Amino acid sequence: MLIAQSQTMYFDAALALQSGASIRGYSLSYETYGQLNADRSNAVLICHALNASHHVAGVYAGQPGTEGWWDNMIGPGKPVDTDKFFVIGVNNLGSCFGSTGPMHVNPDTGKVYGADFPVVTVEDWVNAQARLLDTLGIGQLAAVMGGSLGGMQALSWALQYPDRMRHAVVIASAPNLNAENIAFNEVARRAIVTDPDFHGGHFYEQGVIPKRGLRIARMIGHITYLSDDVMNEKFGRELRGAVDGTARAGYQYSTQDIEFQIESYLRYQGDKFSDYFDANTYLLITRALDYFDPARQHGGKLTAALAAASCQFLLVSFSTDWRFSPARSREIVKALLDNRRDVSYAEIDAPHGHDAFLLDDPRYLGVVRSYFDNMAKEPRT
Amino acid sequence: MSDTRMLEAIASLVPPGSRVLDLGCGDGALLAHLQAERRCSGYGVELDDANVQACVRRGVNVIQLNLDQGLSMFGDQSFDVVLQIDTLQHLRNAETVLQETARVGRTGIVAFPNFAHWPNRLSVLAGRMPVTRRLPYQWYDTPNIRVGTLSDLEVLAHRIGLRIQDCFGLHHGRVVRCWPNLRASTAVLKFSR
Repeated sequence: MLIAQSQTMYFDAALALQSGASIRGYSLSYETYGQLNADRSNAVLICHALNASHHVAGVYAGQPGTEGWWDNMIGPGKPVDTDKFFVIGVNNLGSCFGSTGPMHVNPDTGKVYGADFPVVTVEDWVNAQARLLDTLGIGQLAAVMGGSLGGMQALSWALQYPDRMRHAVVIASAPNLNAENIAFNEVARRAIVTDPDFHGGHFYEQGVIPKRGLRIARMIGHITYLSDDVMNEKFGRELRGAVDGTARAGYQYSTQDIEFQIESYLRYQGDKFSDYFDANTYLLITRALDYFDPARQHGGKLTAALAAASCQFLLVSFSTDWRFSPARSREIVKALLDNRRDVSYAEIDAPHGHDAFLLDDPRYLGVVRSYFDNMAKEPRT
Repeated sequence: MSDTRMLEAIASLVPPGSRVLDLGCGDGALLAHLQAERRCSGYGVELDDANVQACVRRGVNVIQLNLDQGLSMFGDQSFDVVLQIDTLQHLRNAETVLQETARVGRTGIVAFPNFAHWPNRLSVLAGRMPVTRRLPYQWYDTPNIRVGTLSDLEVLAHRIGLRIQDCFGLHHGRVVRCWPNLRASTAVLKFSR
């Protein structure tokens, strides 16, 4: 079993952000797996999605059950093989998993950032990640890889630092969010900011957490990550007792209590999430998702935007993912084809919805394994 | 298209350095050959998961798509050559895909099993559907939902207004120009729009 060790790197120099603000004196948490080879050419950067972190693979020493969120994908002998590649997981600015975020002290004011933490974008994250790589002495990455919001970062890497990478692996992602996606994000954000315990984002000083808002935000998010089929298969219309959690035969005729198994499940997921996730981070990250739109500066033309990319691409989507549907991945593929870039695209017929990108599907893991195996064989210049 | 002689015969029709789209590219063997031997570049289109994986493993660009859903992802005249080797007989919208092939490529090359090859004719004369090396399936479990002949292909091409550059037979990797509809197991059509 891979043993993971979290590390932190401190950056004193200010990082200019897309909003015009800048951030100074910040830290990034990261983990690395495998060995950087002699010519420093086998590094793979993994970008995380909404509620994940730099803990991508392996477990922490002496703590069973702490597998990284992409442990089925990354590790010795796995599709992204850490016997061949030096894998880096990095936690983004504004997160609540170690890197500098809203719950930390602003060195300029001596006060906790709270809602004053600057708005960060996908492009800002990529710039921060590039600085980390500078410090690690890695000039060019073999690949940047991510799913969902992580896929957006991989795509952004290809546009911002085309010479610093040979491959982009973009999974279950999109060139921007559609209105429906932004709408879901907005409902989640309103749930948080209207929680009486939110205090305009400065709840840390009050010693409270806007848990109600976070719970609802997570429930909404969770619904959108699953497919109708999977939800029906897993929960259907099964009834569940509110107090003891046991299966029940008849209705309680209550509008307040838990009646269906799916309600019980969503409440459980919401409770768990509100115990560890930060409300301000949720606002920041969903906003970064909303803002991402590389075609915007090119009159909405994705083909023009992707002309900046020069690396090779692998894209993967899942047939039942309605949050980041295959059609959105095909838009990226088409724009890459228009630019005559090297691109492969796998559309996996999987039932699991958006969550499929984290699950074990032999066709999905197989195509990623094949791509990295081929990458490991290619001559390096 | 497991036959390496046929693979080489088809490859020889593709000008060196061409930008190629291979519709129904299978495991990517033809594209890999064209890249290695004829400095071609391009993409395969394939539906089958295992084949997509095989292409990725050998470093051939592959796009997983159902050809019956069209080629809207590809721009007009964006390829020098569009190949459709042993693909057309599996398609529900064979005619549309043929037209799309002509839209996307400057040159189209289509090859498929020639049902009019003489052993097939004999078999039908004897009252049975043919089962041969080229058509190895029983009538009830064949993936070939279209059966046609070299002459049929020519007629269809004329009807949809394709400019036929060449039309001939292939048998055991050799070009057949004398009585191809009778003597060749594979029908080949090269056309432009």
